[in-house]
Formats: sequence, C-alpha cells, structure tokens
Amino acid sequence: MTIQDLKQHSPYGIYLEHCRKGELAYQVPAGDGRAVFYPRIAAPGSGITDLQWRVSKGLGTVYATTVVNYKNEPPLNIALIDVDEGFRMMSRVEGIDPMQVRIGMRVKMKMLPGDEKQPPYPVFAPLLPEGEPGFRGA
Amino acid sequence: MSLKRASVAVVGVAESDLGQVAPDTTPLDLMAQGTFRALEDCGLKLSDIDGVYCAATQVRMGPMALAEYLGIKPKVFDGTQIGGSSFMSHVAHAQTAIEHGLCEAALIAYGSTQRSVSRAAASPREFNPYESPYRPFMPSSAYAMAASRHMHQYGTTREQLAEVAVAARKWALLNPKAWEKEPLTIEQVLNARMVSYPLTVRDCCLVLDGGGAMILTSAARAKSLKKKPVYVLGTGEALSHASISSMADLTVTAAAESGPRAFGMAGLKPPDVDMVSLYDAFTITPILFLEDLGFCRKGEGGRFVANGAIAPGGKLPVNTSGGGLSYCHPGMYGLLVMIEAVRQVRGECDKRQVTDCEVALAHGNGGVLSSQCTVIFGGPSTV
Repeated sequence: MTIQDLKQHSPYGIYLEHCRKGELAYQVPAGDGRAVFYPRIAAPGSGITDLQWRVSKGLGTVYATTVVNYKNEPPLNIALIDVDEGFRMMSRVEGIDPMQVRIGMRVKMKMLPGDEKQPPYPVFAPLLPEGEPGFRGA
Repeated sequence: MSLKRASVAVVGVAESDLGQVAPDTTPLDLMAQGTFRALEDCGLKLSDIDGVYCAATQVRMGPMALAEYLGIKPKVFDGTQIGGSSFMSHVAHAQTAIEHGLCEAALIAYGSTQRSVSRAAASPREFNPYESPYRPFMPSSAYAMAASRHMHQYGTTREQLAEVAVAARKWALLNPKAWEKEPLTIEQVLNARMVSYPLTVRDCCLVLDGGGAMILTSAARAKSLKKKPVYVLGTGEALSHASISSMADLTVTAAAESGPRAFGMAGLKPPDVDMVSLYDAFTITPILFLEDLGFCRKGEGGRFVANGAIAPGGKLPVNTSGGGLSYCHPGMYGLLVMIEAVRQVRGECDKRQVTDCEVALAHGNGGVLSSQCTVIFGGPSTV
C-alpha cells in the first residue's frame, strides 16, 4: 500500500481486514527494521512510505495497567502491551482478575470477533508456561 | 534562539466566577467576565486589546467567538489548542507578537461550564479505533497507567500520590476562592471511590465551571500601568504525543524539554524558583513535573513530596492556590495555574503568600501528558 492508494484502501481498513482473519497486523518500513503501529501512510520520524504489512505472532509483555469500574459492570482491565515485534498498543488483558494483571506479565493475543456495533479487535490473556493463552472458558 | 527575556509582562489577571455558575451561562460569558475584570486589574480599556488568544473545548473557534462577543477586531490572534497547557503556549506566542511590534496588548482568555453541562458534553472524547474499543476512562486511565509505571519503576506508593492531594488541600484552606473547604487526610484519599486504579476520586482534579483572563504588554508599557509588572523571563513548549499508547516512556514527560528551554531563556535554575505552580490534573502529574523540571532526580518525585514537603510550611511551595485538586479545575486549567504564579510574584496572596516571591514557575500539561509548556515569571528585581 502506498500513499497513492487512499482512494482504495485506508490504513485502518487494511488493519481491520487482518483482524477479520484473526490476525494482529502491523507495518515495517523498507530499509528500517522498526515496527510501525498504529498503521499509517508513512513511518513516523523517517517518513518512509514504502511500508510492508506483517502479522504479529501475538506475544507481548504488559507495560502499564489500570482497572476501571464502570457502574453496574464488572471491573475492566485496560493495559498497554509491548508486542514482541517492537510496537506498543492499548488493549485489555482477559482471563484473569483485572487487578491481578502485572507489569512485566507475558501475554498472548486473542482476536475478539466483534458484533454489529464493534468490529473485531485484539485482546490478550496471560501466557501459560506451555505457551498457550490462559483462557479458562469463554 | 529564543524570545527575549523579560520583553513582556503580565499586567492584568482575573478569574471569572468559579465552581458552579447559573444555568445557561456560556463559556464566552465567563471569558468576557474574566476579560473585564483583568482590564480593571490593569486599567487598560477594551479598545487597547489588539491581540486575542483563546482555546476552549466548548468553543470550536475560540479567538473568533471571543472577538465577536467582545466586539473587537484583533490584529493578531491564535487559537492553539493543545489541552490545558494551551495558555502557556499562548503566552509565548503573544510574547512573539509583542516583541515584533505586531501587537501591543494581548488578551488570553478561557471559560468552561463543564460542571453545569457535564464533562461528557463539554469535552466529548475523540474516537480512536486503536483505543476506544478498550473503553479506557479518559483521561484518567492514561494518567493511572503512568502512575502504574512510576510505581513499578521507582517504588512510588499510593500514599506518596495521596500526599500531593493532602498538600493541595492544605493550601486550598488558605484560599477563600477554593472549592474545597474541609481538611483531607491520606487515609481519605486512599479510601475514596476508585476511578481508574490506582487513582481514586481524590487523586483526580475537580470538575468545575470556571475561567479567567490574562493581559500582557511590552515591558515598557507595563511600567506605566497600575500594578507591579510580572515579567515573562522564560518560556518553553513541547509536544510529545497525542494518544497514551504513543507515549515513549510513561514516566518521562516533555516537561524535560519545555523546562530547560524556559530556564535557558530566563538564565535561571530550579533553586532560583520561589514558588511552583504545576498543573495537577492528577496526583501523579506534580510528581512527574518536579522530576522533569529538575526540582529532584527522575524517580525521586514520590519521596520528594512525602511528609508535607510541598504543603504550607514545607520545603517548596507548590500549587499555593490549592491546585486543580482542591481550588478549581475547569477542564483546561493552565490559565489559572499561571494566574496564581503571577499573584504570588505581585504579593497578592494574603494568607498563602510565599515570602519574597520574586520568581514563580508555571507549568502546564495538556491531553494525556501530551503537551508540556513552561512559563517562568519574575518580579522587578529579576530584570
């Protein structure tokens, strides 16, 4: 995708196509290894517009965490995840008490299917020693 | 390259009515009220104002709307909107215009009715497809995550965060205009309703109506006016990100850039500062700014504020108005941050006056630690 393609594809649109396939996608600029996220038309700083899309293995580490209690709802975790491929994103760590999420915890991505109001989006769960995400039940 | 130290001075400051205003009061009513009180403060006339600086979440095109309300046609104007620090940026931009002779008297004004109309209505959150699905409670969750990092990296405790709120309350009790009228303990901060862990409602700024105005002129013009000029000795501004997921290091803000720029222009260092006015949107922010502005080493902010160090009688007077935490926070708070600093240098702070306050630093924050702007003010002995 190059900057001339904005009539055909948008950065978020392509990201969302990957989400629909269960994939967390990011970009890598030609000639520069540094991952780009959130997706955009040029790499921040360098301005390199020749960007390749890649699919993350979905592994990362919790960088920061907080818990919000919206009225009449169970506590909700919000976290910043440093994904192994070298980018940071906001997400949620599920499958664990929100207050037990710790900075430094290793996590693995799971794509939520979304519904008519919310397109698919990636969340994370604690990575168990055997390499599988710690989802107990739904 | 920088602007010229002390080329301009603040000659008029005023708050609008604060806290809870009458139904259907508009932000522009508050800006205008601040403006006319500030004009009275310096003895200038409305027709003297030829520069207008304004930004507000409820007013899409600030300078235009304000100029219309006041019935003036400014030669220069600026609506830089970078959140609560916008007004510190406006000072630097007004100084630029005045130094170049493009403008003689600059007005900076702000108003918000966020308490009356609800914060959600006053500052609707922008949709971000990479953040909004996770429903962070913004901006609190961003600051809470910064606090989580500071606690993890430096051992800062919830009690140390609470010290910031307790100190602010002690100062507020000395300020008749402060919203909060009751004492506050660390226990009460820790046990208050949790907003976004680890920040309770007492770790978060007030959500009130309010506004104000500031008038600046050249240093030469200032000398001919009513009150002791408060010179702008140094300014510095910096932008680092817009969304919290793009902030490189949640424990280091761009105050580490804006502060040195302001100190460099002023030819001063942190020990020269008699009073510090730091944008306290949340208890974590004064801790971060004390570090990034050079009042203590990175990571030492929690320990620095412990045991009443920034409270009345402590080693460094911080937020003597009572701050956004206990005096007033009308959404975008930077103008009020500067007004307190100016009043301290003028010696108008009565029971909360810092003795021999000749240098006061005002630091503003915007967005989610996104913009950082510093202004250093000085009295006549500094020029």
